[in-house]
Amino acid sequence: MNLIESVAVRLRVNGTNYGLRLDPRTTLLNLLREKLDLPGTKKGCDHGQCGACTVIIDGRCINSCLALAVIYDGSEITTVEGLAQGDELHPLQTAFVRHEGFQCGYCTSGQLCSAVAMLTEVDHGAASHVTADVRKEGNVVLTDDEIRERMSGNICRCGAYPGIVAAIREVTEGSLISQ
Amino acid sequence: MNPFAYTRATNQQAAIQAIAQQNAKFIAGGTNLLDLMKEHVEQPARLIDINRLEFTQIVERNGGLRLGALAKNSDTANHRLVRERYPLVTQAILAGASAQLRNAATNGGNLMQRTRCYYFYDTAMPCNKREPDSGCGALEGFSRIHAIFGSSRQCIATHPSDMCVALAALDATVQVEGPQGPRSIPFAEFHRLPGETPQIDTNLQRDELITAIDLPSTGNVFADHSYYLKVRDRASYAFALVSVAAALDIRNGVIQEARVAMGGVAHKPWRATKAESTLKGQRPEENSFRMAAEAEMQSAVGTEHNRFKIELGRRAIVRALTIAASSGRAA
Repeated sequence: MNLIESVAVRLRVNGTNYGLRLDPRTTLLNLLREKLDLPGTKKGCDHGQCGACTVIIDGRCINSCLALAVIYDGSEITTVEGLAQGDELHPLQTAFVRHEGFQCGYCTSGQLCSAVAMLTEVDHGAASHVTADVRKEGNVVLTDDEIRERMSGNICRCGAYPGIVAAIREVTEGSLISQ
Repeated sequence: MNPFAYTRATNQQAAIQAIAQQNAKFIAGGTNLLDLMKEHVEQPARLIDINRLEFTQIVERNGGLRLGALAKNSDTANHRLVRERYPLVTQAILAGASAQLRNAATNGGNLMQRTRCYYFYDTAMPCNKREPDSGCGALEGFSRIHAIFGSSRQCIATHPSDMCVALAALDATVQVEGPQGPRSIPFAEFHRLPGETPQIDTNLQRDELITAIDLPSTGNVFADHSYYLKVRDRASYAFALVSVAAALDIRNGVIQEARVAMGGVAHKPWRATKAESTLKGQRPEENSFRMAAEAEMQSAVGTEHNRFKIELGRRAIVRALTIAASSGRAA
């Protein structure tokens, strides 16, 4: 097979529609960074182990390094570039700045995308590995243990975890998030 | 990654026709397959994208639940009826991987995961699973994560799934479609022990497609007393060294029926049948649990680096049964 085929793919990324023709090997991560000029999403391990490449697809976080772009034809994607409204940062971005939820910043775009999607998931009443009783539905109490477990797919080698947890806690502070 | 041709299947029939092509593979979430393709462990000539097929639903069926093969792991774990009737499945799924991976990975794909044995991943090393008759790097290598039950001279790899351990305990059934039509595979017969053919992970034929996983209505009786315990090197986002799915049907203070399955210990989810038969008719108390653990772990065989799993397995069985008996919630 000498001829590499190209496949038609339509995507909506941060509110912009794209009609593309792609080598089927193209991962969503490489597409965003190399073809769509959106380098905010980072390549860390490229094997789904670090979370640096996390983006939000149809409201949920996934590893863009383990996603073939052709499979996500027709999807709506949000990257870190799509979180702020113009110059107004997303509340989680503001909280990350305030609590120093990063040092080098390389994992931050993935951390933010995971945190945004995680709050949606909690809003829907989703249980986690540390939820005491998965049979009991309803409110999720977002303790620090819950935040750590739900964010465990994002590694920070600088060790800014206390700031990351504090930032997320601040955004949800004092409120039971209802189903 | 090597070049491959891409086919987007729009219905089941087209998917099954397309898989007949040489060296073709189905792709759903792709979280394991793409990883292996990047490492050149898997080198399919064609990928058949099955994400547009209709097997995404979770529905009640014959008093049990039918989990669509293309339902995402995260949707399955948090489905209202799964949480209520089969909390063991919810716990097992949520113990595995990360939020990102569970959001992309499907139920059918979870069953088709390949081992995380590092010698399987490392193409510079021999591996009978990756390349038949090339040898086994793990047998004489670093075998800390490897099997203590059912291994062979060819392969001591383990199956990595958590979800599958719960499905084994609950006697799920795998529904598949092939060129000859549909068939059902009992969960215990789905995955294989390595024997002389470690390259074959499952009894699914290469031209067959998983369409659903059925949880039986009888699995309901364990909902009040089940627990998935996972022991691993870090608190989250790591594969099991040992895991235990424990489910008890307790009535009148006596264990009517027990289900115990283990992960991280064998080439397939390991159904601990000796522990189960020891528990039947006993009172749900520590002594019964210890006897059950002893009965099961007696036949475990460790290597230089994984011998610790035998004592760990014993303790994990006792702990999982203790928590299951006391309502399935960790203190």
